[in-house]
Amino acid sequence: MGEEEPRVGVFICQCGVNIGGVVNVQSVVKYAKTLPNVAYAEDNIYTCSEAGLASIKKATKEHRLNRVVVASCTPRTHEPLFRSACREAGLNHYLFEMANIREQCSWVHAHQAEKATKKAKDIVRMAVARASWLNPQEEPELDIKDVALVIGGGIAGMTTALTLANQGFKVYLAEKEPQLGGNIRTLHKLYPTMQDSADLLDPTINAVNANRNIETLTSTMVSDVKGYVGNFKVTLAKEAEKREVEVGVIIVACGAMNYTPPKGLYQYGVLPNIVTQLEMDGLLKNGKIKKPPERVVMIQCVGARKGEIRAVDLAGFPKSDTARLLAKILKAKKEEGWPYCSKICCMNAIKNAILIKDKFPETDVIILYGDVRVYKEYEDFYSMARESQVKFVKHIEEVTPEIMQGPEGKLTVTAYDALSGQEIALPCDWVVLSTPLIPHKEEVLLARMLKVPISSDGFLMEAHVKLRPVDTQMDGIFLAGAASGPKDVPESIVSAKAAAARAATLMANKKMRTEALTSVVDEEQCIGCGLCEEICAYGAHYLEDGKSHTIAALCRGCGACAAECPRRAIGMQHYTDDQVLAQIKAGLVEEA
Amino acid sequence: MQEAKAEFEPVILAFCCNWCSYAGADLAGTSRFEYPTNVRIIRVMCSGRMDPTFILSAFRWGADGVLITGCHPGDCHYVQGNYMMERRFGFLKEVLGHLGIEPQRLRLEWISAGEGEKFAALIRDTTQKIKELGPNPLKAT
Repeated sequence: MGEEEPRVGVFICQCGVNIGGVVNVQSVVKYAKTLPNVAYAEDNIYTCSEAGLASIKKATKEHRLNRVVVASCTPRTHEPLFRSACREAGLNHYLFEMANIREQCSWVHAHQAEKATKKAKDIVRMAVARASWLNPQEEPELDIKDVALVIGGGIAGMTTALTLANQGFKVYLAEKEPQLGGNIRTLHKLYPTMQDSADLLDPTINAVNANRNIETLTSTMVSDVKGYVGNFKVTLAKEAEKREVEVGVIIVACGAMNYTPPKGLYQYGVLPNIVTQLEMDGLLKNGKIKKPPERVVMIQCVGARKGEIRAVDLAGFPKSDTARLLAKILKAKKEEGWPYCSKICCMNAIKNAILIKDKFPETDVIILYGDVRVYKEYEDFYSMARESQVKFVKHIEEVTPEIMQGPEGKLTVTAYDALSGQEIALPCDWVVLSTPLIPHKEEVLLARMLKVPISSDGFLMEAHVKLRPVDTQMDGIFLAGAASGPKDVPESIVSAKAAAARAATLMANKKMRTEALTSVVDEEQCIGCGLCEEICAYGAHYLEDGKSHTIAALCRGCGACAAECPRRAIGMQHYTDDQVLAQIKAGLVEEA
Repeated sequence: MQEAKAEFEPVILAFCCNWCSYAGADLAGTSRFEYPTNVRIIRVMCSGRMDPTFILSAFRWGADGVLITGCHPGDCHYVQGNYMMERRFGFLKEVLGHLGIEPQRLRLEWISAGEGEKFAALIRDTTQKIKELGPNPLKAT
């Protein structure tokens, strides 16, 4: 155990009703008071509130606590906050331990109150057992190189690069295409202002080119990433030519790409005049549609949002049709793989519909939709389309509409009208498919190199969707633009500036303290076999005079060496054998 | 006795790595995916930290099942910690067999930070399988 007799304080959070509505917090407090080494226990409505934190500080002084356990949510979001409260109370923050009784208890056992209460007691007992073995630690300090790498030269990447460069930081801007611009380069007009995309793009590219702090590397891909926050070594490849850059932070702005349906889906690539919204945008830009069409049919959510079958959609149909309908729905689910809402397609369709109406007022424009999602000011944009006589027809989006070509070459779209429950046939000259933004294929490789996880939608994952939306799990790596999911231009710019601010915070401080979770070699036990040196992925172990030594700045704290060492000569700070074993034992033996 | 057996509630320890599977477990919570209450989660930085002693001690102290979870192959935050755990897994199962503990009581699975649903399903499945196996035989001795 620790050097002085442990006096553990336990603070159990109700989290409003999030925990308190399931777990009987009072009985957990009562139980905590009976545990070995516990000197004090109380409950709080919100331990993370100002009152809760003040209470921790007060109790620490009054009850001479030298360990603090907070039983509440996940340490992944709230550990830093409680640790700082401990520091303010004069306690080294490595003497703090968290018991996760929300994400891993009350939220997953909402209908098992009694069992959840028992489990919460077990979790608290385990945390107290571990806390009793905790020791204060000194954190190693790292230098942060004040150079940034931005991956991706679209609007998000360029905005990030400019924001950082204007603060005086050196920025490498790597773009895989031969020129900067990303997706916007292929666009004609931007919603809802209907300005030319070039109006936005050209000044941004010029500003990037004119900025002496930015080194733009086009036709360049990342081929290897080594190192850690503050000290990344990234290999950039321009065809066969490779160069290594040393940077302190990395901002991923690799964007997303427009989904192109496979040949045959919605008759795309088989029949003429069936195009995606992006292609229609291009046709309008280049004035390729000469003859006024009689009718244009747009289909929303092509390849997207084919989720569960909703009973409400089937309600209007005759029973005899249900089996046929179900078969079609299952087929669509199989063929149209992207489950999420891409968020930009509704506005995109409305934009192109208005552009068509502007050019050919007589053309009938129909948008076949399942849901129209026009948030914030885009509601006005939708109304604008309605006023220009664009027709919105709700169809059963789970069923892929059928498209056929008649003898005179005209197309006919057959879909299920959701309101009448009838099949409707719409003769038309053009069919426009609204397809989602999807992750680039290279994103998986990039994610692996950066060790940033990928979400179930296939995009790079934020550290926390609400609390840390531009951070990643990896210190020093940030996300800007559509790399983390579909975003339109303003949202990409916002996230780019946010990512730049997060990156600048690190670089401006020049130094950063990292967790003291490093390995320590017991030289008396070490026989100098060199296994730790061999397996360490970071080169943090070296042999000298027949003994292994740790380079603390390089050690990332995984603990593989401690587990592999045949002499058990390596200990992990803050995850010592004693600490882990105490937690294991307390989980299994009540009178630990 | 039959009745007592039907009420057997196993105690299972799950070791989750800080970067993938612990986050996956959190996501199960944020998404409110329900699962049985039999599992106690212990956070370690990496599945590569899992010293065989931890696992054998858990069984010695009466764990009915031990679940080790880590990042998917190739996704390990520490490059290769999960592979090191996988290598230990083979011989650990063999050792358990020699000790008279059914090797199926030890399970190794990969859960990413985005796989909350998979985590919940894994807990349901593991709890069910351990229930079928009955209590840890070491508890009887």
